[in-house]
Amino acid sequence: MLKGLIGKKIGMTQIFDDGGAAIPVTIIEAGPCYVTQVRTAGNDGYSAIQLGFQEVHPRRLTGGELGHLKRNELPPLRFLREFRVKETELKPGEKVTVEVFEKGDAVDVTGTSKGKGFAGAVKRHGFSGGPKTHGQSDRWRAPGARSSGTTPGRVFKGMRGPGHMGNQQVTVQGLKVVLVDPERNLLGVRGAIPGPKGGLVLINEARKAR
Amino acid sequence: MSDPLIQAVEAPDNENVPQLRPGDLVNVYLRIKEGANERIQEFKGTVIRVRRGGNSASFTVRRVASNGIGVERTFLARSPRIEKVEVQRHSHVRRSKLYFLRDRTGKRARLRQKFDA
Repeated sequence: MLKGLIGKKIGMTQIFDDGGAAIPVTIIEAGPCYVTQVRTAGNDGYSAIQLGFQEVHPRRLTGGELGHLKRNELPPLRFLREFRVKETELKPGEKVTVEVFEKGDAVDVTGTSKGKGFAGAVKRHGFSGGPKTHGQSDRWRAPGARSSGTTPGRVFKGMRGPGHMGNQQVTVQGLKVVLVDPERNLLGVRGAIPGPKGGLVLINEARKAR
Repeated sequence: MSDPLIQAVEAPDNENVPQLRPGDLVNVYLRIKEGANERIQEFKGTVIRVRRGGNSASFTVRRVASNGIGVERTFLARSPRIEKVEVQRHSHVRRSKLYFLRDRTGKRARLRQKFDA
């Protein structure tokens, strides 16, 4: 059975659980998604379900995209993403909503983290930087030495240093579903998820059991 | 500015918590769970801070306990743990955060009562 959805991050708040404790919650507008294609081992070499999310004006899509959706009489959808599943009884054209999840489920949420641009080693890797006092100048956020001297005479590959940070795919595993609102297509998970408000996120069943 | 979809999932205003203003003298009745049984704890003092913000809305109550030790407690305004809040009196105050009360003791820490509203 497929337990996956495409959604849009709405933002964070806190809600009160049954005991009255306030818990941090990220709200996701998830689905409704449509099954746009079913990939099978026999046909495609692997089995997966392709879901589509968010209706758009047909002009927004290319002719090929429209044709792909039209095959199953589906509305124009902006995002298509695949979810790996072993087997499924879902057929193309079917609708998937937040009701596939229930309170208490553990999920993995994948998104694109906020881009930080070209970041220094202090921000990017948590380096300590240099001394701030004792006659130092220009060393506060310096990365320090990257290598030894003549031997080896080069910087090893993979040394951590300044560079582009963020704007990459990040998955947060094992988040608990604390809220399911089929009426508004809302899903609430405990804790933070990657990306900005309005960012596209994929919600999957948790890979690892807690 | 919070998203309408977020407001939709947040709890409605706790009707047992009236509209509080800084300077109000209040009794806060808090439900406390101790193992299996539940009891109500009372906390009486002056509201020195009111923060808005949906489910995160909170207010801080200050009281002077024995030996002149100031005690401040912050409550989540929409928390179901709050049984009720009683406002005993309003005060005439000219600022929204009454942090200056922390530095005052005795007669200097009084607030002028406000009778209207």
